[in-house]
Amino acid sequence: MKEYQTITEISGPLVFAEVDEPVGYDEIVEIETPQGDTLRGQVLESSDGLVSIQVFEGTGGIDRNASVRFLGETMKMPVTEDLLGRVLDGSGNPIDDGPEIVPDERRDIVGEAINPFSREYPEEFIQTGVSAIDGMNTLVRGQKLPIFSGSGLPHNELALQIARQATVPEEEEGDEGDGSEFAVIFGAMGITQEEANEFMDDFERTGALERSVVFMNLADDPAVERQVTPRLALTTAEYLAFEKDYHVLVILTDMTNYCEALREIGAAREEVPGRRGYPGYMYTDLAQLYERAGRIEGKEGSVTQIPILTMPGDDDTHPIPDLTGYITEGQIMMDRDLNSQGVEPPINVLPSLSRLMDDGIGEGLTREDHGDVSDQMYAAYAEGEDLRDLVNIVGREALSERDNKFLDFADRFEEEFVQQGYDTNRSIDETLEIGWDLLSMLPEEELNRIDEELIDEHYREEEVEAVQAD
Amino acid sequence: MSQADETQTETVSEDGVIESVSGPVVTATDLDARMNDVVYVGDEGLMGEVIEIEGNLTTIQVYEETSGVGPGEPVENTGEPLSVDLGPGMLDSIYDGVQRPLDVLEDKMGTAFLDRGVDAPGIDLEKQWEFEPEVEEGDEVEPGDVVGTVPETVTIDHKVMVPPDYEGGEVTAIESGEFTVEETVVELSSGEEIQMHQEWPVRQARPAENKETPTEPLVTGQRVQDGLFPLAKGGTAAIPGPFGSGKTVTQQQLAKWSDADIVVYIGCGERGNEMTEVIEDFPELPDPQTGNPLMARTCLIANTSNMPVAARESCIYTGITIAEYYRDMGYDVALMADSTSRWAEAMREISSRLEEMPGEEGYPAYLAARLSEFYERAGRFELINGDEGTISVVGAVSPPGGDFSEPVTQNTLRIVKTFWALDADLAERRHFPSINWNESYSLYKDQLDPWWTSEIASDWAEVRQWAVDVLDEEDELQEIVQLVGKDALPEDQQLTLEVARYLREAWLQQNALHDVDTYCEPEKTYRMLTAIKTFNDEAFDALEAGVPVEEIQDVDAAPRLNRMGTSEDWEAFIDEIEADLEEQLRALY
Ligand SMILES: Nc1ncnc2c1ncn2[C@@H]1O[C@H](COP(=O)(O)OP(=O)(O)OP(=O)(O)O)[C@@H](O)[C@H]1O
Ligand SMILES: [Mg+2]
Repeated sequence: MKEYQTITEISGPLVFAEVDEPVGYDEIVEIETPQGDTLRGQVLESSDGLVSIQVFEGTGGIDRNASVRFLGETMKMPVTEDLLGRVLDGSGNPIDDGPEIVPDERRDIVGEAINPFSREYPEEFIQTGVSAIDGMNTLVRGQKLPIFSGSGLPHNELALQIARQATVPEEEEGDEGDGSEFAVIFGAMGITQEEANEFMDDFERTGALERSVVFMNLADDPAVERQVTPRLALTTAEYLAFEKDYHVLVILTDMTNYCEALREIGAAREEVPGRRGYPGYMYTDLAQLYERAGRIEGKEGSVTQIPILTMPGDDDTHPIPDLTGYITEGQIMMDRDLNSQGVEPPINVLPSLSRLMDDGIGEGLTREDHGDVSDQMYAAYAEGEDLRDLVNIVGREALSERDNKFLDFADRFEEEFVQQGYDTNRSIDETLEIGWDLLSMLPEEELNRIDEELIDEHYREEEVEAVQAD
Repeated sequence: MSQADETQTETVSEDGVIESVSGPVVTATDLDARMNDVVYVGDEGLMGEVIEIEGNLTTIQVYEETSGVGPGEPVENTGEPLSVDLGPGMLDSIYDGVQRPLDVLEDKMGTAFLDRGVDAPGIDLEKQWEFEPEVEEGDEVEPGDVVGTVPETVTIDHKVMVPPDYEGGEVTAIESGEFTVEETVVELSSGEEIQMHQEWPVRQARPAENKETPTEPLVTGQRVQDGLFPLAKGGTAAIPGPFGSGKTVTQQQLAKWSDADIVVYIGCGERGNEMTEVIEDFPELPDPQTGNPLMARTCLIANTSNMPVAARESCIYTGITIAEYYRDMGYDVALMADSTSRWAEAMREISSRLEEMPGEEGYPAYLAARLSEFYERAGRFELINGDEGTISVVGAVSPPGGDFSEPVTQNTLRIVKTFWALDADLAERRHFPSINWNESYSLYKDQLDPWWTSEIASDWAEVRQWAVDVLDEEDELQEIVQLVGKDALPEDQQLTLEVARYLREAWLQQNALHDVDTYCEPEKTYRMLTAIKTFNDEAFDALEAGVPVEEIQDVDAAPRLNRMGTSEDWEAFIDEIEADLEEQLRALY
């Protein structure tokens, strides 16, 4: 391995060095500062004689006399089942004083794309115990379903609740099951120590840590390292899922910090910026993370992703949520108004979506009436929401009896269906029954999205009278 | 992508040497190559294409990941432009962006993950196909003429044609029976030999004699599309919409239910699971015309968002070239591209790595030209053999932030004639398909009316216009309602709103996930509309006779209009509703 002392330029997170032997694109680099610190980086561009290097830990302390070593390989993650229960930093080094990790294998962190032909379509219902998700935006194994949130909203509580409560119902009943175990991979990028503690305390309190691998890049850790953290997490997830048969849930937070880091590197490279200063290739870059979820034909395990992102200015057309939404299989949208009304979790179901819901629900999977109930509640809640604006102008009296019922429906939907608290774990049956309680406030003939036989079976005649009486 | 072995060794020219690597863009020196030549890059032989030549420096876009590839490694030229292999076996296949069959890749790589440096021919060179001649010795044949057929799938007879770049001549020898695609089946007096496959450079349109005005609709089985915004066989359409608004579902619905002979479905830079869904569903679903599995008329091209960017750029060309080949056989081909925005972004990414002068929002200045070249390859064609074939092209557009004023949407709208604008607000309330009826349009409407009038109903155009008028009126009335509430409107306007609600909920809405509702034949589309019109006419008669609007709204036959779409025995069901509506409404006065 050749060592160079040929740094010509240092600019932001980038270092440029002259070389006299060819260096591969994406190769790992070690830079030793005159103070004796070793920093790691990656080759961003390689041409005859000159390479540009992105330094993960930041370029602080590097000067022209620093020495540069090219390791002749791309970045690898040492993987083993023993990682479960461990806490690592954002570059994959243990920070929990645990024993040395003896890897089973070293894997390239830039995962190869799963051949679409080899995938298996995800359709196994995961019960999260959260009605707004299970009932209206069902999560399935192998899905990538992000939480779109805003600063100060309780997205962490929701993510933790999902991690705690997620089960696959038949397995619970001791059905054959597939014998696979559940594991959580937690990848933190640029979150505060306080937030990190929130997660760690919960993991420790519930004993979840034993089946978790934690990667921590905190707010005061180098920003460029955030490029690597999710890739380490996903490489570990793929190993556990597709080699060791685990059902892995990957929580990545906060993707906004990841994207900021991407923008910073782009700016340092003087690239032509795309929308709002983010690089033009951000879609591709994010896809290379998010697409590392799914199921593979013939493999027991699965990778399910719940990335969390905070939308700058609560704006879902901002490039970060926008590009994410174009890649992921839906989104769970947190809402500031619902939060101030005290709804827990404050999920606004209207802009939320689970694209894999349709194949994961129904007879034999959840319940026969699930799809129709959910459809009808969407339509009814949307109608009630619309009427709220009108009520502010003309008052309730000016509305027809029909309209008033939809208004009441919207209120109770938020107060009884969405509202449940972070410690309540509802079964899918409970969720759907609450749904029928609410739908029965509406006249039977308004339920035009529900099959007539299902209405006969579930519609509560008494509810109607009760509502008509007041 | 095929590089038949002999051509490779025959035409290999001098090797070059890599000078620099930056993502998918590699430059090489001393490479003797022409524009668009396919080259093998680096020690692993990654496939690439020449996209710029400047002095001794050649720029290459590489169709595989370039991690670890470095300066000094060799580049080898095949001397052949990027081409597709056209022949039997393309249907029922799934390819990546450079026509490598994904099932073969899985086999060769031995893993579910896409490895690098593995090549595979686009069509199976070993497989034997049954060739049945259609000409005899002594017949004169010209380019484009059919010399025989091969039963490619249960649905489609593959036609073996004289390649367009041949001279043609008298048939001097002809075979019959089982052959591989590389074996000669017909010999001509010109000395030319015809095999069951042809190669064709993807960036070059296959020739046709003439383009004609389309007159037949591509029947989609989707009410809002067939009814209000029809697409012609040979026409072009764009589906722009924000994420989650239904572009993919709409395109998949067209792939499933439209009355094309052949469907080419391109997943360009989108999700892996969406392609998997098609692979799993299509073999199970029946083709509405033949009852055979849908896969038997379908060719899939999947270059998902995490697959190499350069192959995302090429997958559109691979797809349209395959479509043209089936058009040349006289078939009606429908091509769906999901999403053309990802294709445009791939162009932008490559262009920026080339440090080209960026145009609007960083897209290369040639964006508009590339888009129109692509859509120009659609049409109703008079073929070089005198027959007729069509290609209909439907492109999804994914505008950033759902804002239609961005360059890809705008440049696309300048070209296509059907515009299906998807609406986030409709999608949020689960009104699907979320095609906004105020914004969308079809410029084919008038030229397709004669078909509807003669095939479906003589008053088709009037009934449709009635629906459009009611929806327009609703739009205006809604503005007033937002200010004063519905009850403040005069009774006739309240009734119009009620009729419009049925138009939206019972007719425009169509549930793609419902076994029956997913496909609506044109007769049913028409019949459902006339049933709502019956309600309208009877209700206004009642109103005129002095019946209060609340009583009219309350008749129990009316809500049953909402069940027409999901009703299987719809003729009887709708007759009954109409009879009940008449009876119940007339009983009020
Ligand atoms: N015609 C339809 N019938 C029923 N549901 C539909 C229909 N169209 C869309 N949907 C629902 O909307 C969801 C999103 O649709 P789709 O995946 O087609 O959006 P998209 O516009 O392609 O989004 P993206 O740009 O992110 O790919 C689907 O998963 C489905 O639940
Ligand atoms: Mg889509």
